[in-house]
Amino acid sequence: MGHTIRQVFRSGKFVVGFTILMSVLLVLVVYPWWVPEPPLQILGQGTFFPPGIYVSAYDASNAPVLYTLNLRDAADKRIESRLSQEDRLAMQEWLVADGLAESAIDLADTDALLALWEEHYEPDRRLPGMTFARMRYYQRVDAGLDSLRSAGGGEILAARNPETGELEETGMVKLTDYANISQVANVRILPLGTDNFGRDVLTQLVAATGVSLLIGFVAGLIATAIGLTLGLLAGYIGGWVDDIIMFFTNLFTVIPTFVLLILISFSIGQDQRGAITIAIVIGFTSWVWTTRSVRSQVFSLRNRDHVNLSKLSGHSLPRIIVADILPYIASYVVMALILQISSGILAEAGLSILGLGPRTTEVPTLGLMMNWAMIYQAHVLGNWWAYLPVLLTIALISFSMNLMNTGLDQVFNPALRD
Amino acid sequence: MATDKKLCLSGRGVTKVFGIGRQKLTAVDHVDFDFHEGEIISIVGESGSGKTTLAKMLLGLLSSSEGEIYFQGQKRDIRSGRKRQEYWKNIQAIFQDPFSAYNTFHKIDTVLLDCIRMRGGKHLPQARKVELMEEACGFVNLKYAELTHKYPFELSGGQMQRLMIARIFLLKPKILVADEPTSMIDACSRATILDYLMKLRDETGMTLIFITHDIGLAYYVSDTVYIMERGRFVEHGSADSVILRPREPYTRRLISDVPKIHEPWDLSTVVFA
Repeated sequence: MGHTIRQVFRSGKFVVGFTILMSVLLVLVVYPWWVPEPPLQILGQGTFFPPGIYVSAYDASNAPVLYTLNLRDAADKRIESRLSQEDRLAMQEWLVADGLAESAIDLADTDALLALWEEHYEPDRRLPGMTFARMRYYQRVDAGLDSLRSAGGGEILAARNPETGELEETGMVKLTDYANISQVANVRILPLGTDNFGRDVLTQLVAATGVSLLIGFVAGLIATAIGLTLGLLAGYIGGWVDDIIMFFTNLFTVIPTFVLLILISFSIGQDQRGAITIAIVIGFTSWVWTTRSVRSQVFSLRNRDHVNLSKLSGHSLPRIIVADILPYIASYVVMALILQISSGILAEAGLSILGLGPRTTEVPTLGLMMNWAMIYQAHVLGNWWAYLPVLLTIALISFSMNLMNTGLDQVFNPALRD
Repeated sequence: MATDKKLCLSGRGVTKVFGIGRQKLTAVDHVDFDFHEGEIISIVGESGSGKTTLAKMLLGLLSSSEGEIYFQGQKRDIRSGRKRQEYWKNIQAIFQDPFSAYNTFHKIDTVLLDCIRMRGGKHLPQARKVELMEEACGFVNLKYAELTHKYPFELSGGQMQRLMIARIFLLKPKILVADEPTSMIDACSRATILDYLMKLRDETGMTLIFITHDIGLAYYVSDTVYIMERGRFVEHGSADSVILRPREPYTRRLISDVPKIHEPWDLSTVVFA
């Protein structure tokens, strides 16, 4: 046993796969210490906030110390970030209508654009075909640019006096004022932004990975247990036992498993479907190929001389199966289990994306996250953070397990050893 | 022939057919035999003649398609697990390939302890069990102390086959089926194995059914010889009568196939089938 385990850990592929899987498990354990919030807590009002560091604007302007920094390009950067792409296009439209060649205008070069604007824009001029509303829009853009450039001092902070009800000046935020981010009371890092409900995607992803692994594990164990038992009985006892078991196995082989899975999930109903229920349903529909392959392995084992010797030594049938057959297929069964876990995770993802996964109110799963991202059209809106990390996680888990499986295969199958 | 002795194992029309339809293969075809107590019987035939299939039927590891096998004059009944276990107290085997005959996950101790348990010694004190195992190993010139924590695959082929004989020594069955026990062993160990086998036979007086493709070996060890060709017994009788005065061409061919060291092979006498 110890020898076998040492052998297994000498296989490079297995070690890589095992390391990836253990790292994922480590993250699952450590992450809740760092972010102890429940994964389904709604943080944001609004959908799909992009990934980044979120700093409280109120706390930043009211930081205990504000530092004065004179940065040369601060004003340019400020204008550049305020001037939206839409405004830039509108400015270009004006300039082209004014007679400039479109090729002479570089939208990315803010300085040049502003210089051209300064030169050509007349607030009271109405270009041919321009609506009044459009004219007002240009006036607003121009006023905004003016205020940005002329805001030499900064902005006044005001609060309403509770007695008089008058606005009173409470402070001033100058353009050169800077807050140190470590002194800002509320900063929230959302490495993967928020999802359609305004929930932290990363926290949700970690929790979902845990639940999905559990589903895969339970489904894999059930499938392997059923497959192993039926395979051993069919293969070793043979005869009519084999006929009956193979009848049902063939029946299940012919029916597409996924369709069966969909029908069962659907008939259970949304309210009854917990994560474990889904795992059990997946387990009970995916034992077929384990049965078939265990059976054929046992077939070739049962006429070996060591089994005959065990019979001649007066051992009972259960003992022969457990002591003389099982150890010889144990490595194979472990490999089958790993593949079953991996395909259990994929089956859950497949079911959930169709809306037949676990009910949505308790725990996230990888499949559910994909389902939400799809329903709220994250892929259409380009909100990659809502689905891409989920896809990568599924791929990573599947990859690590398949790698472990290949590694084990190389250790146990002498023909593949190099 | 020892006709005055009691019948030990006999068969009437014993047949084994594998497969169905076109793939049907009759491995053993209506054979009759009478094995007497204490005899050494050789079943000789080339590979594929059905020797091993017959051996497995004798042992009750395969069921026969047709015919009956009689054990000590009674129709053999091994349909239930309990009856089979009872039958296997009387008949044991040594297999051809010692390398595949042991469960590689179990230590040698386990193999020998199983035999003691089967002889009803499950509740013997540990010291007595060790004594029995030491005695059995000593019989085949193995040192129990060196083997006790080893796995079968750590031994040589000859040692494993000797351990198999030690197993029979502990079990003391009435019948032993030795299915080519020396064919996977090198020539030097072969003689040793045969010597231990004969010594064990002489001590216990068991019936020995010796299955071999080597007619020379059969002549060397046995009282009675059965010649098997394509699932049928074509000739049988005392070793002297069959081998010194063969009636069947098949037997003559088997005899001519035995390589002789002291004279060059006469290839003209070999019939190429």
